[in-house]
Amino acid sequence: MTTAVSLAAEVRSGARSARDVTDEALAAVAANDDRFHTFLDVMEDEARAQADAVDAAVAAGRDPGPLAGVPVALKDNLCTRGFATTCGSRILEGWRPPYDATVVEVLRRAGAVAVGKTNMDEFAMGSSTENSAFGPTRNPRCTEKVPGGSSGGSAAAVAAGFAPLGLGSDTGGSIRQPAALCGVVGMKPTYGRVSRYGLVAFASSLDQIGPFATTVEDAALLYDAIAGHDPMDSTSLPSTPEPTLPGIGKGVEGMRIGLCRDLVDGCAADVAARVQEAADALAAAGAKVEEVSVPEFSYGLSAYYLIAPAEASSNLARYDGVRYGLRVDGADVEAMNTATRTAGFGAEVKRRVMLGTYALSAGYYDAYYAQAQRVRTLVMQAFDRAYQSYDVLLGATAPTTAFDLGAKVDDPMAMYMNDVCTIPSNLSGHPAISVPFGTGEDGLPVGVQVLAPALGEAMLFRVARVVEAHAP
Amino acid sequence: MTEWETVIGLEVHSELATKTKLFCGCRNAFGDEPNVNICPTCIGLPGALPVLNEQAVELAMRIGASLHCDIRPSEFSRKNYFYPDQAKDYQISQYDLPLNVDGWLDLPDGFRVGVTRAHMEEDTGKLTHVGASGRINAADHALVDYNRSGVPLVEIVSEPDMRTSAQARAYASELRGILVATGASDGRMEEGSMRVDANVSVRPAGSREFGTRCEIKNLNSLRSLGRAIDYEVARQIALLESGGVVAQETRHWDESAGRTEALRSKEEANDYRYFPEPDLVPLAPDAAWQDRVRGSLGPMPADRRAVLVAALGGDPSAAEVDQINAVVDLGLDGLVNAASDAGAPAALALVRAANEVAAQSEAGLRLDAAAFASLLTMEAGGTLSATQSKAVLGALLERGGGDPAAVAKEMGFEAMAAGSLAAVVDEVVAANPGEWARFLDGDDKLMGFFTGKVMEATAKKANGKDVAAELRRRRG
Repeated sequence: MTTAVSLAAEVRSGARSARDVTDEALAAVAANDDRFHTFLDVMEDEARAQADAVDAAVAAGRDPGPLAGVPVALKDNLCTRGFATTCGSRILEGWRPPYDATVVEVLRRAGAVAVGKTNMDEFAMGSSTENSAFGPTRNPRCTEKVPGGSSGGSAAAVAAGFAPLGLGSDTGGSIRQPAALCGVVGMKPTYGRVSRYGLVAFASSLDQIGPFATTVEDAALLYDAIAGHDPMDSTSLPSTPEPTLPGIGKGVEGMRIGLCRDLVDGCAADVAARVQEAADALAAAGAKVEEVSVPEFSYGLSAYYLIAPAEASSNLARYDGVRYGLRVDGADVEAMNTATRTAGFGAEVKRRVMLGTYALSAGYYDAYYAQAQRVRTLVMQAFDRAYQSYDVLLGATAPTTAFDLGAKVDDPMAMYMNDVCTIPSNLSGHPAISVPFGTGEDGLPVGVQVLAPALGEAMLFRVARVVEAHAP
Repeated sequence: MTEWETVIGLEVHSELATKTKLFCGCRNAFGDEPNVNICPTCIGLPGALPVLNEQAVELAMRIGASLHCDIRPSEFSRKNYFYPDQAKDYQISQYDLPLNVDGWLDLPDGFRVGVTRAHMEEDTGKLTHVGASGRINAADHALVDYNRSGVPLVEIVSEPDMRTSAQARAYASELRGILVATGASDGRMEEGSMRVDANVSVRPAGSREFGTRCEIKNLNSLRSLGRAIDYEVARQIALLESGGVVAQETRHWDESAGRTEALRSKEEANDYRYFPEPDLVPLAPDAAWQDRVRGSLGPMPADRRAVLVAALGGDPSAAEVDQINAVVDLGLDGLVNAASDAGAPAALALVRAANEVAAQSEAGLRLDAAAFASLLTMEAGGTLSATQSKAVLGALLERGGGDPAAVAKEMGFEAMAAGSLAAVVDEVVAANPGEWARFLDGDDKLMGFFTGKVMEATAKKANGKDVAAELRRRRG
């Protein structure tokens, strides 16, 4: 498939029209997506109009932007003005936001063409996209397998070739884990580097928007376009980000890389073997690779499953049937609230809202939420210590390759374990990337994860580029 | 028989007079059409985020500084509860780390009330219940206006230092004056821009333990505040003396029935599950900002009262103290000071401001101080009688300005020529010989009779004092 970098170059030069590229993408989705169900809704008219606008800019000699004419798949928790945004939930079915998320607006200005809204676990809660109220997405590498989640729709749309680029959100691994399972690149930027304005919140202190792509270079291209300060998001970092694409080919010569045992040892043997090969390749490319242990990471999952549900229980309170989305009538307001939420939310969302409500309740706050925040601080300090000795850390993205549809739906703990390697970076707010690196014994993709300190995106992409170049 | 002591603490919510709301760019305005000042953030749409309004922080700091609070590094939390007027089903409020702490407020009589904290939070929308009973669960439906949703508030919490309803009223009144003086609020209780809740308990006199308190809501005026506290104190004492116990609860003041009523206990059982608001960063105004705020505070009501006392010569009568309080409360002290500075008697300016001008305080605030001063100078100099001066003042207030001399002339209040008064008195004496004889014999009651006749004959142009002097002169 043509990369975003070369596609944008073709459109910018006038060699290909954005409209032609867009029509081709829309046709591919129409012809093949019934096999995968990556999109919940395709933005046909909007995509064509945007493509025409890009072509008009090219024809008029105006700069059409760095992503000119490149189709992008948007996770359905990114608000799109006048276009349904469901978060994979019945409770938002039919709701049309009156505004665009900042990233959606930024992409349009960059010349990208949003082609549709992709499937996801309801409110981004899940690791298989099976928690979507609108049916699961299938992994394009093997349709009996899940694509991972929660951004499984965007990962699968890119893996299926429907769009060279996709946007997802990563709260505990929701970009990196599906990227690994679908064999594409997925990256979570530093918390605050990409505006969350218009991203429907799951857990506000952990959520971060990031790119999917088929190559590391394409991921860097998309990241560079969406990174930056947004006055509409108070947690947005004020500094101007350094573009990562120009230095992406500088290699890893002399870099200190820590192969993090805690992000490998619990994984399946075939996955662990691939991570070791990636480490060897980096060493061969000139990096100084050492093994490191960060035992605090093992507490990450527990802390995450208190903090994220706690924030979610508050963030999801607004779906009460009063102002928008689903309303199921009741005898009084309270009955209406209850009936609406009972009918509108799926089982996993209810489970986490209850967990989070409990964790914040009087008498339990200190033992659960406050304790989890203390663990979060420990994880951050552990990262800081590790980064005194290493420029980046290396590990697996997910403990296994893609699993069968339905295999873990009745076992929440087994499902939660999928995020064990990705969660530490969410707790610390640091950037991390998953790069495809060969396959497991089942022939399905394996993802290798590179982790960097805050604002280390440029370094992250450089290392990822080398991993990618040596992938089997 | 036990003697009881009342313990009162007040929680005052003040809307801040910002241009825009606390966390978005929507207009902060009272009285607009419903749901016109709204956006994704203040109606809690999915994905929308709050951004703190700097002007609101500045005004909150002004309040804190004027209440002698420490301004501290603070943060916002979420207070979680479901209610249709609460757009996000949580309120962003300062919880364990408020902006302003440990201050005080002195009542006009010098009694000092501690201020525990003055923290920032957002207001809710406004519910209108449509249906028979007015209660949310019995109404056919409810309408929500989100114009107020996200309007900035400061909640000022006092220590339980007050012991009488009069002190509580004085505190609320003084606080209102301070809020207006800082420019933080218009202080209008009737429009809800200042809302007062009272925590009331009683205990045996001399006891150091607090009694169980009730929180009284829906106090829309200082009068309601005083009445509600008096009612509640009597209720609690009667309850305790009859062997009952006071339940800790929120009670609603029913102004027309003149009593407090318990709200449903269900509304009490909230666990708000506070936790730090992850969508906002901590708020820690630096020393330079704090200094700027403290340095820019104008005179507070207490300072302004002191200026008036000084203008009166330093020893005001009880009536003048009331007048001073009223004039400062209404913001009319500038008028009095200007008149006094221009040479008019301060006591006269004060009494006119506290009565005639205060009666039309809206117009009074627009009254030209120079015109006011020159009118009072005319009165003091005898050019106009008190009655005439009040009439001219009324005209100036009604017209929103004018030259007092011209207005007096237009109203026919020209000072009479010295000789013409004598001629009028001659006529009046000639027309009433019997009464005049009795007056000359010492019947002082007829002084009023003759004065009235002269005023009638001169169409009130005569100065009452001059008439009296002329009559006395003739009696010898």
